[in-house]
Amino acid sequence: MPNMSLTKNPMPVQEPDVRNHNFEEVALGYTKEQAVDEANRCLHCKHKPCVAGCPVAIDIPEFIAKIKEEDFEGAYQIISKSSSLPAVCGRVCPQETQCESKCVRGVKGEPVAIGRLERFVADYHMANCKAAPVKPESNGHKVAVIGAGPSGLTCAGDLAKAGYEVTVFEALHTAGGVLVYGIPQFRLPKEIVQREIDTLKEIGVKVETNMVIGKVLSIDELFEDGFEAIFIGSGAGLPRFMNIPGENLKGVYSANEFLTRVNLMKAYREGSATPIQHAKKVAVVGGGNVAMDAARCAKRLGAEEVSIVYRRSEAEMPARLEEVEHAKEEGIVFRVLNNPTEILGTEDGFVKGMRCVRMELGEPDASGRRRPVEIPDSEYVLDVDCVIMSIGTSPNPLIRNTTKGLDTNRHGCIITEDESGQTSREGVYAGGDAVTGAATVILAMGAGKHAAKAIDEYIQAKK
Amino acid sequence: MYEILKKTILNPTVARMEIAAPLVAKKAEPGQFIILRVDEGGERIPLTVADFDREKGTVTIIYQIVGATTMALNQLEEGDCLHDFVGPLGTPSHTEGLKKVAVIGGGVGCAIAFPVAKKLHEQGTEVHSIVGFRNKDLVILEEEFSAVSDKMVMMTDDGSYGTKGLVTNALKELLDAGEQYDEVIAIGPLIMMKFVAKLTKEYGVKTIVSMNPIMIDGTGMCGGCRLSVGGQVKFACVDGPDFDGHEVDFDEAMERATMYKEFERHQYDEACNLFQKEVR
Repeated sequence: MPNMSLTKNPMPVQEPDVRNHNFEEVALGYTKEQAVDEANRCLHCKHKPCVAGCPVAIDIPEFIAKIKEEDFEGAYQIISKSSSLPAVCGRVCPQETQCESKCVRGVKGEPVAIGRLERFVADYHMANCKAAPVKPESNGHKVAVIGAGPSGLTCAGDLAKAGYEVTVFEALHTAGGVLVYGIPQFRLPKEIVQREIDTLKEIGVKVETNMVIGKVLSIDELFEDGFEAIFIGSGAGLPRFMNIPGENLKGVYSANEFLTRVNLMKAYREGSATPIQHAKKVAVVGGGNVAMDAARCAKRLGAEEVSIVYRRSEAEMPARLEEVEHAKEEGIVFRVLNNPTEILGTEDGFVKGMRCVRMELGEPDASGRRRPVEIPDSEYVLDVDCVIMSIGTSPNPLIRNTTKGLDTNRHGCIITEDESGQTSREGVYAGGDAVTGAATVILAMGAGKHAAKAIDEYIQAKK
Repeated sequence: MYEILKKTILNPTVARMEIAAPLVAKKAEPGQFIILRVDEGGERIPLTVADFDREKGTVTIIYQIVGATTMALNQLEEGDCLHDFVGPLGTPSHTEGLKKVAVIGGGVGCAIAFPVAKKLHEQGTEVHSIVGFRNKDLVILEEEFSAVSDKMVMMTDDGSYGTKGLVTNALKELLDAGEQYDEVIAIGPLIMMKFVAKLTKEYGVKTIVSMNPIMIDGTGMCGGCRLSVGGQVKFACVDGPDFDGHEVDFDEAMERATMYKEFERHQYDEACNLFQKEVR
């Protein structure tokens, strides 16, 4: 019997006032019973609209049917045909604009909790399946992947499954990209990312860390080393600043620096070798997911007051609704329609305040969003000792500056022909934030997947 | 893992290590740096490439024990391994077309100045070196510098070796004596570079400094190492570390360098206690 409840089974979570003092995972995951009960809400539609909403096209009704039968490992096998990182995606995908937005049950009531079910299946597999995945037989062709973030790992996983000898080159000392340095532990435990990467290694993917491509090796040298195709998934990691006075004071961070210290270097842990400022009053400038992550980390580091300072209204915030809600529950203050104009410092160079102006919304701009306009004489000073700039990132110029014939646009993003990821250089493919500018994990994974298919076709056609 | 092939104590707080890192050695140029982590859980610290041997596949680093991480690094011996060693990073020093250059090194900064002086010497540039140390016990790389310099001046703050005084005193003397340099290259503590730049500005001599801000990734993704140069924000790890000394805002850089002073002092004390216990 289908479960005709109009609402999703709620996800058990840590209480807001408990979780905002620790870095443990906020969402605790479904129990078996909750998962099976939620799976019974799926109507098993013949035309599967949800699948079209998934950038990697997981056969959603199929895996949910296996959950109904309590064949959780079978469900995992179906997901892993399409996704290399299910435990990650079930946690960080914006399902409300993807798979779940297409769910028939969402027409009247809430859609099926596809993300939560995917997460349940992946976690079940990790906890219960001890058998090592089968390493496919090599087809003798070598492919290099630059960047071990979501797009690179997905591309590498798909190619390895097709028999390619794949080497992933990562600049940092740990693979995972934004999954390890950006998204905090309380949203995505790093142990889970590590296990997903270990699974890739077990199917033959080589991961070489500390390899800054463009410095230690160039794209051309990778071809000389016998790689037949190259996928660039180097992301968009170059932070933007506002260029307002006081931005170089001590206590002003880019969100990337703040999050890298906290997440990758584990500066939140007692006894960490990497320092971080334990500020009392923090302003995070920006309204995206990264801003929410930074604000919630600052709170967990012990800040008394953390504000999101955003120049538009809450309706225009690019962050996921769920993240905004979580942040609010944890006591993050939202100062929308506010824009910083200057950061003020103490005599010894630390942040002591931020001058802001209030804004109102005017006519829509080119992006269709109403443009914020300064309200005259609305200036005031916000009392803060730390400012985190989270106003976006752009692709790092390292690869485009060292690769001849690789076309990029005026934002520094690599230009690709179509969704195959083919660049202006033969045999060179690209995807993820390096192409689109800062976007989502799942879009990057989709791009990695398409590129893997295109690379396979390219190499097979050469023979 | 990156093996330490050779370790040499240069003075009571400074040591040299030759690290097996063939890919880094293959590409390294004077002026570039590496980032290392001593062990799992360690912090990332930047150190300049002091020398390299492309054939042997080795990179030489010279470090001064100033805090917990350099102290942990110094606990390692030949045959031990560094957990991470990434590079070469940053933009190589510009040396082409220079006919006569004054290279100024201060303290452990001499380790960074030396490969630049060596490269200039090898390409036929006339090199005048001015090296400065607090006292005789801290002198490093004297023979190495002599070997690549057409003229060399040794300075110590207290006069215990060479000439008493600061490197700026020596530079002023040379400039007043009519020496004409295409460029002055100054590498050392921020305060030293600041005063060298101040002096050469009066004389109108182009001056390049090698900046050493706090870094985390060293690849341009965080901006922790940002500086104001000519009124613009630059990331030292990708745009530098070399910059026009007359354009750099040294006062801001000196402020930013003290961001984690308290934390660092605490870590250093902890590390000292730990190592003392181990010795006992």
